[in-house]
Amino acid sequence: MPKLPSPPLPKILKPVPKRPGDNGQKMGPVEAAAEGGIHVVDWLDERTSMSGGIRWLLFRKVPKGINWFYTLGSATMFAFLNQAVTGVFLAMFYRPDVNGGAYESIRYITDDAFLGQLVRAMHKWGASVMIILIFLHMARVFFFGAYKYPRELTWIIGVVLLILTLAMGFTGYLLPFDQRSYWATIVGVNINGTGPFIGPYLSDFLRAGPEFGATTLSRFYAIHMMLIPGLIAALIGAHLYLITKLGISAPPWLKAEEEPEMREAEI
Amino acid sequence: MPGAFEGETVTRRRFMNVVTQGSGMVAAAAFTLPALGFALGPLFSRVPFDWQVIGPPGDFTKTTYTTKVLTIVQGIGEAGYSIAYVRTRDPQIDTEPVDEYNRWVALSSRCMHLGCPVRFVSAAQRFICPCHGGVYDFRGMVAGGPPVRPLDRFYTRLNESTGMVEIGPRYSVNSELERFSPRDPGQPLDGIGQYLYPARFDTSSGPPGHP
Repeated sequence: MPKLPSPPLPKILKPVPKRPGDNGQKMGPVEAAAEGGIHVVDWLDERTSMSGGIRWLLFRKVPKGINWFYTLGSATMFAFLNQAVTGVFLAMFYRPDVNGGAYESIRYITDDAFLGQLVRAMHKWGASVMIILIFLHMARVFFFGAYKYPRELTWIIGVVLLILTLAMGFTGYLLPFDQRSYWATIVGVNINGTGPFIGPYLSDFLRAGPEFGATTLSRFYAIHMMLIPGLIAALIGAHLYLITKLGISAPPWLKAEEEPEMREAEI
Repeated sequence: MPGAFEGETVTRRRFMNVVTQGSGMVAAAAFTLPALGFALGPLFSRVPFDWQVIGPPGDFTKTTYTTKVLTIVQGIGEAGYSIAYVRTRDPQIDTEPVDEYNRWVALSSRCMHLGCPVRFVSAAQRFICPCHGGVYDFRGMVAGGPPVRPLDRFYTRLNESTGMVEIGPRYSVNSELERFSPRDPGQPLDGIGQYLYPARFDTSSGPPGHP
């Protein structure tokens, strides 16, 4: 193999070759730092055996032919992580007060808080991105037939995650508490109320009473930032566990390779 | 019994299992049930009931509606307001039986499709909803679009001592203008509708004598 020419670095930046006979008695600062890091990791691993789990999670076999479509699931997860992180910081400023306080706190985040406009926009647009990605991911799994045996439970958990994500969109829409949020929530709650038999009780549960009242907003806020995110995080964990345990399915256009022994057995 | 001493009906291991899991369940129920009850409690709450003065009888005519702002929920500012369209009852067109609670017809502005606010357009003599195109005629009956029942109404009465018209709680009507306890928009009350969409647990929000 031809050797690449070394980059034209000034002499002072070139790595110093080891002296002959140097067996690491004297460590440079970089080696010392690396050694220290290895010690920390060893200390943790000796007590938790986590390296086996990490190897099981990250260094697993994947089929031939996987492609960019297979990244939609992790893309959705990163959209969720974006929502979680920006949401935590928005919660530091947000005030779920029906009597004008909620709108004022959103106005403060948007107009006055340092980088507030950016963080709020990341949360707002990230919500749409997450919905789009989760539907694309579902379409990929459906059209590739990846929901079939033995991955049915992964699919079912994914459907629950889809519903929870839509519920996040519904509960989050009210929080800015402007005219659009208010009327969209009135309409959304009443759509829930049109379900026969349980509809009236469902809409009363969402509103915390027969009319949109003082506790409706705080109820939506609690559902939006505590109940559903916890469920989503737990179910993403279960989803990932099943993916790692069962492996990724091959794309449908890939033919299964025949084992040589099987070919002989047929003869 | 194997694994048990003389005279015992359950093994000690099994007894231990039952006690441990049972106490775990009791501990979990001790915080789950109150929390659940707390979250579901509003389903059973009573609707506060009050009569609000909307003006002297001279404020209202038979031929057009007067807009009145009501407070539906106290203490939450603008979000608690709602609008009623009020006119004097006209025996020529109002065929439903008259009693002391409907001498003034007070229609709720809440669209019976999904709850957007309807607007009375006097040129067309129609109520029109901006959201999905629901249209109601002068009496609040459905004239077109998706609404499933006529506009909700409010009880009205004349306060004899002050001589003022007062407006009371909301009630829902079917297409015959029969009174029902208040339901949410989107829930029809004709035919089997009243059975598919049951009333709230607490229906005592109407005036006395009302079912």
